[in-house]
Amino acid sequence: MIPSLVSWFTDPANWSGEDGIPNRLLEHVAYTAEAILVAAVVAIPLGLWVGHTGRARWLVSLANSARAVPTLGLLFVVSLWLGPRITGDLAFVVPSIIVLALLAVPPLLAGTYAGVQAVDPAARDAAKGVGMTPLQVLRQVEVPNALPLLFSGVRSAVLQVVATASVAAVISLGGLGRYLIDGIALGDYPRAAAGAVLVAVLAVLLDGVFALVQRRVVSPGLAPGGRGVSGRGKDSRSVEVEADSPSTPVRAPA
Amino acid sequence: MTWLADNWRTVLDLALSHLYLAGIPLVVGLLVSLPLGWAAKRWSRSYPALITTTGLLYTIPSLALFVLMPGVLGTKILDPVNVVVAMTVYTVALLVRTVADGLRAVPDHIEQAATAMGYRGLRRLLGVELPLAVPVIAAGLRVAAVSNVSIVSVASLLGVSQLGDLLVDGYNRVIWGELVTGILACVTLALLLDLVIVTGSRVLTPWLRVQGGRA
Repeated sequence: MIPSLVSWFTDPANWSGEDGIPNRLLEHVAYTAEAILVAAVVAIPLGLWVGHTGRARWLVSLANSARAVPTLGLLFVVSLWLGPRITGDLAFVVPSIIVLALLAVPPLLAGTYAGVQAVDPAARDAAKGVGMTPLQVLRQVEVPNALPLLFSGVRSAVLQVVATASVAAVISLGGLGRYLIDGIALGDYPRAAAGAVLVAVLAVLLDGVFALVQRRVVSPGLAPGGRGVSGRGKDSRSVEVEADSPSTPVRAPA
Repeated sequence: MTWLADNWRTVLDLALSHLYLAGIPLVVGLLVSLPLGWAAKRWSRSYPALITTTGLLYTIPSLALFVLMPGVLGTKILDPVNVVVAMTVYTVALLVRTVADGLRAVPDHIEQAATAMGYRGLRRLLGVELPLAVPVIAAGLRVAAVSNVSIVSVASLLGVSQLGDLLVDGYNRVIWGELVTGILACVTLALLLDLVIVTGSRVLTPWLRVQGGRA
């Protein structure tokens, strides 16, 4: 397996043109970014609202239980239903992006809601006590405190979308999934395996990037270990890994 | 509905394979995660390493993992074993952390009381700590069950037969009845597995049902 993989990766033909690695990689990242942006615009404000007001909590449970719907089925339904209504290349891209965005909503919503929900009520009361308006409480107290869980939601969503985008190649989407789906269809195992390696590496890299962003953005007081102590002190052992390790709890992969 | 009426035998067969492909990894994954999670709790130095490794495994997209399995295991690409092993990897990746966190959440004073009453080592683990961690472990198992059922359907793209076949065939031949049946069958299976886990967890934790009772 290894030699055939190496020869696939060193073949110059696989590095140029529409089906070349750079183009497929860019496509994959672009789909992921579009889907996450669309989902974030809907899910994060909604999660903040549900968390801040405590109203409509059923939205979060509804989004969570929708995860039982198989992603493959969702892709097929949306593509069959929307595909014929759209003309040109967009007929393949739009249904896929819609499904990818739909899949990113539950982790984003759950992460944002849980983050706001978990804010220490004393901090919230204190903010009210010093005369902050509800909007100020949200922006200056709840959002910053919610960031760790919000980020774990974002990271789950990104992983979910990267994974499903490769499955979406089956409904003719571009991206790295093309190697997987075409490789399987043609019985070209090196190509499929190379696609698998590329997708896996992309997923791990993106998660790492978000972990770094998270470390920069989240207030040091909230960081594991507390008060900006980033060292591996004995007393912080119980929680120190939480922020660094790829997040698992709010995710169901594709 | 007419599609289901004409094909219910096929649906049942595929549902059984689906149950097997999603369920066996759940059981095996739990059995593997228990000692690993315990080790992560027992030797706190191993916790970050174990959690990071399993978290990394969890980031690998399912279709990629399915495709890579034959290369790792030396199996044929159509072999269902690829799917079973890949799903077990996901289950372990999810559960090790849950088991470790569940065991760590057992309060110190309870461990000390158990020790004082003569519970030691394995007996204390199996008799006191593990039962108290059941609700946490069950919660993790529920997430794993629902996601396993959804992921397994992707294996149809590699030719491993289960309910995902209905999705692929329904899409390719534009048979809405088949596609919708496939989705509903997957959801039903996920809910059934969820029910089994919730029931099992309740049976194993009778003290939680006592009024006001808390572990």
